[in-house]
Amino acid sequence: MNKTALVTGASRGIGKAIALELARNGVNIVVNYAGSKDKAQAVVEEIETLGVRAIKFQANIGSEDDVKAMVKETVKTFGSLDILINNAGINRDNLLMRMKESEFDDVIQTNLKGTFLCIKAVTRQMMKQRDGRIVNVASVVGISGNPGQANYVAAKAGIIGLTKTAAKELASRNIRVNAVAPGFITTDMTDALSEEQKAGMLQMIPLARLGTPEDIAKTTRFLVSDDAAYITGQTIVIDGGMAM
Amino acid sequence: MADVFDRVKDIIVDKLEVDESKVTMEASFKEDLEADSLDVVELVMELEDEFDMEIADEEAEKINTVGDAVNYINSQQ
Repeated sequence: MNKTALVTGASRGIGKAIALELARNGVNIVVNYAGSKDKAQAVVEEIETLGVRAIKFQANIGSEDDVKAMVKETVKTFGSLDILINNAGINRDNLLMRMKESEFDDVIQTNLKGTFLCIKAVTRQMMKQRDGRIVNVASVVGISGNPGQANYVAAKAGIIGLTKTAAKELASRNIRVNAVAPGFITTDMTDALSEEQKAGMLQMIPLARLGTPEDIAKTTRFLVSDDAAYITGQTIVIDGGMAM
Repeated sequence: MADVFDRVKDIIVDKLEVDESKVTMEASFKEDLEADSLDVVELVMELEDEFDMEIADEEAEKINTVGDAVNYINSQQ
């Protein structure tokens, strides 16, 4: 039987690339999205051409009710939930001194609490199955820090700690929990940067290129596969060697 | 009453792999039945499915003995 993966924030960017990569490896996909319904539908259709099943599900991952409903629908539709990819995230960049409390709270709510709520919700099913693989998308800035991103960095660092705790709590039930920490990846978020900012970034990257969503997707596919059966609680940095 | 107890007992014997004779109303999950915290969480999940009910986290935290579980289920039915 095909495995089933729930990918949050899968309508574009890294989430979309992970959803497609898993689909290419025979995994049915739930494409979670917050607002981009048409894009989510396009991803569903692209996945279906790969010979697996997919549905889209609108949910705010910062809401426990939404998350519970999404997990319920996943199990109802596919009969199992084997893989969770916590990818959905937002940013509200601002210098610490100018950051509004609401900007801080919004990012923590979605990026950190949303990750927690999704892990909590899927654990019930995965414990029953005695099998589960979770990958949280953190960020290299959660390790190194980054000016202008106090909220985002705090959330991503929090995800790394959450990953380790979940890994320890759930290991006895054969649920593995790991994180990936992307560096600078070509997405809508980095497209918004100026040429000058991009040139500055390249100087810091030993492999001298921005990463692609596929770079992240391939490592994620490895982490949820049986090839990574002895890996849990780890954060794999995928950044072209920027942070060492 | 006996019916609920028997159903609860079956689940405990199955999940915790303990001898039936050890499962009494007074038995503590952690002390007498060698369950860890996660085992208790799992048992509560199984009970929810078996009795088609939802046990809130606050209530679940109060369930320490087999009797606690049986009495809670009876009080809800």
